[in-house]
Amino acid sequence: MLEIKNLHAGIEGKEILKGLTLSVGTGEVHAIMGPNGSGKSTLANVLSGRPRYEVTQGSVTFEGKDLLAMATEERAREGVFLAMQYPVEIPGVNNIYFLKAAVNAVRKHRGEEELDAMEFLQLAREKMKVVDLDEAFMNRAVNEGFSGGEKKRNEIFQMAVLDPKLAILDETDSGLDIDALRIVAQGVNALRSEKHSVLCITHYQRLLTYLVPDFVHVLAGGRIVKSGGKELALELEQKGYEWIEQEAVAAR
Amino acid sequence: MSETIEQIANQEYKWGFVTDIEADVAPPGLNEEIVRLISFKKQEPEWLLEWRLKAFRHWLTMKEPTWANVNFGPIDYQSISYYSAPKQKKKLNSLDEVDPELRATFEKLGISLEEQKRLSGVAVDAVFDSVSVATTFRTELAKVGIIFCSFSEAVREHPDLVRKYLGSVVPYTDNFFATLNSAVFSDGSFCYIPKGVKCPMELSTYFRINSANTGQFERTLIVADEGASVSYLEGCTAPMRDENQLHAAVVELVALDNASIKYSTVQNWYPGDKEGKGGIYNFVTKRGKAFTNAKISWTQVETGSAITWKYPSCILQGDNSVGEFYSVAVTANYQQADTGTKMIHIGKNTRSTIVSKGISAGHGQQTYRGAVTIMKGATNARNYSQCDSLLLGDKCGAHTFPYIEVRNSSATMEHEASTSKIGEDQLFYCQQRGISAEDAVSMIVSGFCREVFRELPMEFAVEAQKLLGVSLEGSVG
Repeated sequence: MLEIKNLHAGIEGKEILKGLTLSVGTGEVHAIMGPNGSGKSTLANVLSGRPRYEVTQGSVTFEGKDLLAMATEERAREGVFLAMQYPVEIPGVNNIYFLKAAVNAVRKHRGEEELDAMEFLQLAREKMKVVDLDEAFMNRAVNEGFSGGEKKRNEIFQMAVLDPKLAILDETDSGLDIDALRIVAQGVNALRSEKHSVLCITHYQRLLTYLVPDFVHVLAGGRIVKSGGKELALELEQKGYEWIEQEAVAAR
Repeated sequence: MSETIEQIANQEYKWGFVTDIEADVAPPGLNEEIVRLISFKKQEPEWLLEWRLKAFRHWLTMKEPTWANVNFGPIDYQSISYYSAPKQKKKLNSLDEVDPELRATFEKLGISLEEQKRLSGVAVDAVFDSVSVATTFRTELAKVGIIFCSFSEAVREHPDLVRKYLGSVVPYTDNFFATLNSAVFSDGSFCYIPKGVKCPMELSTYFRINSANTGQFERTLIVADEGASVSYLEGCTAPMRDENQLHAAVVELVALDNASIKYSTVQNWYPGDKEGKGGIYNFVTKRGKAFTNAKISWTQVETGSAITWKYPSCILQGDNSVGEFYSVAVTANYQQADTGTKMIHIGKNTRSTIVSKGISAGHGQQTYRGAVTIMKGATNARNYSQCDSLLLGDKCGAHTFPYIEVRNSSATMEHEASTSKIGEDQLFYCQQRGISAEDAVSMIVSGFCREVFRELPMEFAVEAQKLLGVSLEGSVG
């Protein structure tokens, strides 16, 4: 589904990703872990097409298409979703109105019929249960006055409604209490299927208790330095990142 | 909705056409003779001519105000023609008798009188240039005693009412532009709602500027008698012009005891091209006086004009009277706006609310200027003011000048102000969900204006959103 080859990218002239290579197959859940400043968020932003991030070398293909050549909204319509680390507030814009516009933009792109208000409401209600949100929430402005946990749940709710092929979670677990964490994981698990892939970027192992990954990668110094199964996450939790970094240095 | 915005965003200034109708135009220039000519042409009574002349003589002693935060070249008041009327000799009994070309213009504007009459239930007094052409729904309104007609007609048919209230809110000495208007006003609308009558429909007037070099000096007077209520809509479009056109209107509202007047405006005059050439100068004086328990509410959506100088105000004369001002103003390209309101609290327990939303894009410059005055006798007066500015891009500007004067210590004043930018982050968030940048801007801007839009009558709210889309076309990235 996603093929990243020798990706070099950065922001404001500073190279952060230095030759990252990663392959995510359809239906797989990959966790990307790593210390602060290793380039985890840069990877999420580059894949989703955030402005000001520059790719200097390498390639990314998504379902065989050149992802980097697509505009931000095009990537979204093709099925790339980013659950943001810091979701922004859009005052005055109704949550449900916003999401309906998004769903219909995606459907239109796929050549599907746009949903009318009733159809959309039905879909939204169904998905709301997954993240344990109540209906009053739909009529609030996008993220305005939401608590940190509500914002993250809203991200997962949007993800559930948009049903993306590739979901990228950028430190969705940060700042969440244990209950919210479980709800978020529950939302992601509900999406899991042989058609959906997940790239879960996280600093800590704790989300991975609820969201068991197929693969775990360690990102350090802008590239993947170690890959393994779910047990790698546990090892990292116990031993920290230092030993991997040392290993990586020794290997050079 | 988003589709509509996109569609509209992709069109040129749609109403930029010129109707070729032979106009009866006065020679350029302003002197007592011209004032007399206007009055004569309109077959006005002596008292009105005298009133005009007093205004004119006073105007000669005045200077054009320079305190507003706008820049424009000097206006040559002697190069403007102060009277223009489409040639129409006899009175019309039905719409069928209206000049076909005039009718075609209305159709282009999408305000076909017939359509209006049949579908919308809105009575329209169409002001084309300076002379009212046709008035509909008159009979229906007359049944409940409502007078809704052109100003000239009101002068002829209801001179006592006009004489009693003309200048009672905006005196002819008020300010440079209002005084000029008092001397040379051509026509406008008059509305009287009798005691205890709730106007059964929204009243509306469409203005349209036509004929090169013709200043527009409309005069509107709305009187709601005791316990009456009315909602009045004013909507405007103007044809594309390569030279600046002056517009100095006066609107006076009188809400007697227990009456209420809601006045909504969507203004879309030609703002000038992308370089700021052409465009309308809009210097308008709008003011209402509210007596005991009365309420006056202004709602405006200003997207047009090269220069806007406008402060719809409320004199809260009577005890327990209420004043409201809800405004959205957009300045894109090289537009400049200095707009706001004045709330003058005189009576006890008077309340006022100000919600102003300013949006600047391109090289647009926008100023909110508001004055809230609590007079000595205004015990327990309350004011709430909220002024928010939204910037698109980094070449535009927003300025806020709130003046507050309190002479009674029992007053409660609240003021909130904010300035925000449509952030890259907000745009990215929308785009990452599949929404195009253009739609995202429309959405964010509409959200920003929501508190004002919900004050607008339904049909205007939709129109207003479309206008915002058009005005901000190309403002992204």
